[in-house]
Amino acid sequence: MPRMTMIEAIRDAMDVMMARDERVVVFGEDVGYFGGVFRCTAGLQQKYGKTRCFDAPISEAGIVGTAIGMATYGLHPCIEIQFADYMYPAYDQIVSEAARLRYRSNGEFTCPMVIRMPTGGGIFGGQTHSQSPEALFTHVSGLKTVVPSNPYDAKGLLIAAIEDPDPVIFLEPKRLYNGPFDGHHDRPVTPWSKHELSEVPSGHFSLPLGKASIVREGAAVTVLAYGTMVYVAQAAAAETGIDAEIIDLRTLLPLDMETIAASVRKTGRCVVVHEATLTSGFGAELAALVQEACFFQLEAPVARVTGWDTPYPHAQEWDYFPGPARVGRALVETMEA
Amino acid sequence: MTDYGPLTLHVPEPAVRPGGTPDFSNVKIPKAGAVPRPDVDVDPETIRDLAFSIIRVLNRAGEAVGPWAGLLSDEELVEGMRNMMTLRTFDARMLIAQRQGKTSFYMQHLGEEAISSAFRKALQPGDMNFPTYRQAGLLIAGGYSMVDMMCQVYSNSRDPLKGRQLPVMYSSKEHGFFTISGNLATQYVQAVGWAMASAIRNDTKIAAAWIGDGSTAESDFHAALVFASTYKAPVILNIVNNQWAISTFQGIARGGAGTFAARGLGFGIPSLRVDGNDYLAVYAVAKWAAERARRNLGPTLVEYVTYRVGAHSTSDDPSAYRPKTESDAWPLGDPIIRLKNHLILRGAWSEERHKQAEAEILDTVIAAQKEAESYGTLHAGAKPSAREMFDGVYAEMPPHLRRQRQQAGV
Repeated sequence: MPRMTMIEAIRDAMDVMMARDERVVVFGEDVGYFGGVFRCTAGLQQKYGKTRCFDAPISEAGIVGTAIGMATYGLHPCIEIQFADYMYPAYDQIVSEAARLRYRSNGEFTCPMVIRMPTGGGIFGGQTHSQSPEALFTHVSGLKTVVPSNPYDAKGLLIAAIEDPDPVIFLEPKRLYNGPFDGHHDRPVTPWSKHELSEVPSGHFSLPLGKASIVREGAAVTVLAYGTMVYVAQAAAAETGIDAEIIDLRTLLPLDMETIAASVRKTGRCVVVHEATLTSGFGAELAALVQEACFFQLEAPVARVTGWDTPYPHAQEWDYFPGPARVGRALVETMEA
Repeated sequence: MTDYGPLTLHVPEPAVRPGGTPDFSNVKIPKAGAVPRPDVDVDPETIRDLAFSIIRVLNRAGEAVGPWAGLLSDEELVEGMRNMMTLRTFDARMLIAQRQGKTSFYMQHLGEEAISSAFRKALQPGDMNFPTYRQAGLLIAGGYSMVDMMCQVYSNSRDPLKGRQLPVMYSSKEHGFFTISGNLATQYVQAVGWAMASAIRNDTKIAAAWIGDGSTAESDFHAALVFASTYKAPVILNIVNNQWAISTFQGIARGGAGTFAARGLGFGIPSLRVDGNDYLAVYAVAKWAAERARRNLGPTLVEYVTYRVGAHSTSDDPSAYRPKTESDAWPLGDPIIRLKNHLILRGAWSEERHKQAEAEILDTVIAAQKEAESYGTLHAGAKPSAREMFDGVYAEMPPHLRRQRQQAGV
């Protein structure tokens, strides 16, 4: 099986779908000739032509708004917002339009589209290249929200997202583009080629949206994570020696509550980790759901380890980013509670 | 010491407020027939004047004059007349129905009937409109069922949108009428995308975008013009300038620009202004713009100069912000009366026929209303099932919604 970085896997997913389905079009800022600032669309314009993969004006509302129009015509746009931090100008189009077209038209108009956005911190991206706005999407009825954490999932989930009949927000942790990252910023980064999940089938394959993956089985405590925090959680478990069961949610909405509830009922403890800010973050939803579904099995309060309730700072990167030490502390405290 | 005096903020004001005498002397109205009709493949640079004038066909005497005249037969004009009258009657009945508590809300088209009614006739099957909430003439002139429209307004058991949408937010893919959103201007840029898709697929269909004068201030308006211009999308970018955005006069959105049409010039988009109360002029300009789009010559921006005679909506009282008689002073008159005079002059209509048509149309609308009300109104009779509330959020209902539907006990 070929080995791919996350970038290559994402590009391969679009390549596969563009070849299979003429309705798939790819566009965004610097996405065409140049192949994207992260190289995720490199070569696609050359291969499929300028009307299938093209550069867009710097207008997020314009990119999403035109893509919605295309989707209602019958195309399947897979568009890019250069950084999730820059999706706000398009938020009206995403929330008021893409998410609601099917509902408000009683199915007359539908919006099969994917909005790809590089997300997350840990790269000294400062305030506007590090944000994790997933809670602003999971709160919206009519959207699906996906966050892959490795090349294999990235390809399978992106193909599923492109084939999905509903609008999908596809958040790509840019910290994971070239290799897994466990939060140990002082150690050299390992490339994907050393990781088993960089083995990605060539051609078409997809992973179901709404299904979580258990990346480490354990009996002591359930850790709910996604994106970069999956690796941070693994490091924290290894370093504390706590037998954590780590679940990579992969899709935040629809959420795989079955897998989550089964795990917490088994372990009796739960720690939720994400990079996004704490208050009203997706972790609040997870904690509430776990509490509702597993109240009588819980032996400790559900803990949350997240970014602080501040804008994402620059110089204080590693004081902000919830690294393995902070996650490990939460694991220990939850075990002792 | 400074040479500069204190800065002051300029806040535009309409010329007249309630209690004042309506004054439209600032609205320059060119003579009918005065504006030339360029070829559709004209160099946009050479027709910049058209963004500052007003294309008009019907003169004061009711004659059709000039290069934009002569496109419509007697039969087509009579049909247009009946469509406009139907829309006005439909509006009047729904306004009363709202006052009677049969629905929560309504928005009428009074004075703007020519624009959507005539425009619809310039399109072909398969073309797609992206309307605002004030273009129901597209549906009436397109032959959409009046009963279905009323059922939507009543949110009753036959509402095509299952009671999910506010009244007048119609949707009919089959009739080339994109689902209306409450969020202003969003559809303007979507229309451009739809047109881009048609071009990407080498189709022959075109799109029409609609926006009001007030909403041109939304950022989606600018995004739409950038994308339409960049990709030469086959789209007609319509601006209905009815002078008012709820209580705000058009100067608040237009600022110092000469006209709304002039906005298109900065994007290199051929931009025309047309008398929105002149059925023949609206049709002629729509046809011209559609021809340009269909010949792959790119977008056209059209500003329809008209006046919002009625209240903004059933929740609005215009006497609080403009003179009560302002609509009487509007120099472009009433679209129905103007077409009526023209048809009578052509010998294709008469006062008697007009009265007869009024009575017939009223009967038809009342009959449709009776049928619609037999399926329920907002607070009485049959209504959409509460189960419908949970359907259609996604193609397939996800587990969390299934759980909520269960909790709701529906």
